[in-house]
Amino acid sequence: MSTDQNDAPALLDIRDVAKSFGAVHVLRSVSLQVTRGEVVTVIGPSGSGKTTLLRCVNFLESYDSGSIRIDGREVGFRDTGNRQRRSEGDLAAMRAETGMVFQGFNLFPHLTAAGNIMLGLTKVRGKSSAEARSIAEHWLGRVGLAHKADSLPAELSGGQQQRVGIARAVAMGPKILLLDEITSALDPELVGEVLEVVRSLAEDGMTMVMVTHEIAFARDASSRIVFMADGGISAVGPPREILAADNTNERLRTFLARFRASHF
Amino acid sequence: MLIQIAYALPFLAQGFALTLWVSLLVVVLSLIAGIILGVGLVYGPAPLRWAVRIFSDTIRGIPILVLIFFVYYGLPAVGLHLPSFWAAVLALTLFKTAQVVEYLRGAVGSIPKGQSEAAMAIGLTFRQRLVYVIFPQAFRRFLPPWINGVTDAVKGSALVSLLGITDLMQAINQVIGRTYEAMPLYILGALIYFAVNYALSLASRRLERRFSFIRD
Repeated sequence: MSTDQNDAPALLDIRDVAKSFGAVHVLRSVSLQVTRGEVVTVIGPSGSGKTTLLRCVNFLESYDSGSIRIDGREVGFRDTGNRQRRSEGDLAAMRAETGMVFQGFNLFPHLTAAGNIMLGLTKVRGKSSAEARSIAEHWLGRVGLAHKADSLPAELSGGQQQRVGIARAVAMGPKILLLDEITSALDPELVGEVLEVVRSLAEDGMTMVMVTHEIAFARDASSRIVFMADGGISAVGPPREILAADNTNERLRTFLARFRASHF
Repeated sequence: MLIQIAYALPFLAQGFALTLWVSLLVVVLSLIAGIILGVGLVYGPAPLRWAVRIFSDTIRGIPILVLIFFVYYGLPAVGLHLPSFWAAVLALTLFKTAQVVEYLRGAVGSIPKGQSEAAMAIGLTFRQRLVYVIFPQAFRRFLPPWINGVTDAVKGSALVSLLGITDLMQAINQVIGRTYEAMPLYILGALIYFAVNYALSLASRRLERRFSFIRD
């Protein structure tokens, strides 16, 4: 896996992205390239813009300036270069190319586990419901929930719901998977089962950008770690470099020290 | 007396049929218009939201009787002459539409934002998100107040008699005019209205149970 930004065309190419909510600059000229198969973890204090950056990648949030390209195509705006927002249908098609897993799971409560996964497959990918069902069962098997296909979300534990959330995202066959603090809402004993699924997807070569507070997992599973502070990328590099005790970035060291103190 | 009522029954049946017809028109038309305007109120651009908000607040602030007279006597002044039947249906529909808008806003507004986002994230378009994700969940919250509104529409339809339309209410009044047997006929009328509305609320309860698996 490469950390060099130039030897392969970036699958995800974020350039100079800036965004404000009123007077608050949430993102200040953020640039980040992610190549195919890379697992990039974003860490940083709350309010540093991690989640907003992730949400910009599939245009759940719009960005004020800069550009975000996936596979060479601008995400939220037409490729003409004049920042004309894409049409609703166009945006939907772009979003289908990125999978997203949410902190609060956001499963559809009126659909079964399999139904949650099948919805996008039938309505967006145009698969027959038999085909969608078999894809759903395949991915439920992958996340260890083959026996829960017909359960409603309310009948599943948090960890199980989140695994369905992951299956729903990857079943669409996205080019890149975005994971937004996916274990933060889980009881500690349920975190492991979810991270195990993420690890196995990484081993399969799924490209992922993951916002997380699980530093130990970030160290083991990611090719690069991005440290964000105050809406910008303060440090980026391979885990052993970023997490090294002698890192020269003082904000990063402070963050990690405070983090370790509260988590260990 | 019973003989007189029996004699009047076919006439009352015609009035009853008209009551049902007015109610059905009002309920169906207001449901369609209310859902469209309600979606506009929740998801539309600011000018549309304001327009729907003003419509809804204005209509709901006017007594329904005033609204009926306004449509029937007021609109001809601006060149729109509606037969009394359609004037009554229009006025009742406007009134009911404003209510449906509010039921829809409440029901849709109660669905967490994450549901829309999850639906966006898998690539569903706006229309698909409404049809497959938002409405099925909002339905359970929409149903009870809406059925309540339907029973109101059936009862409210009695007001069309004021424009001389021979609905159940008017038919009863006309029979009383001939027989001078007010009490038995009003009781009969009350029973008929009650039977319709009670059947509706029973159906509503069954529907609610059927959708009770959708938990919040």
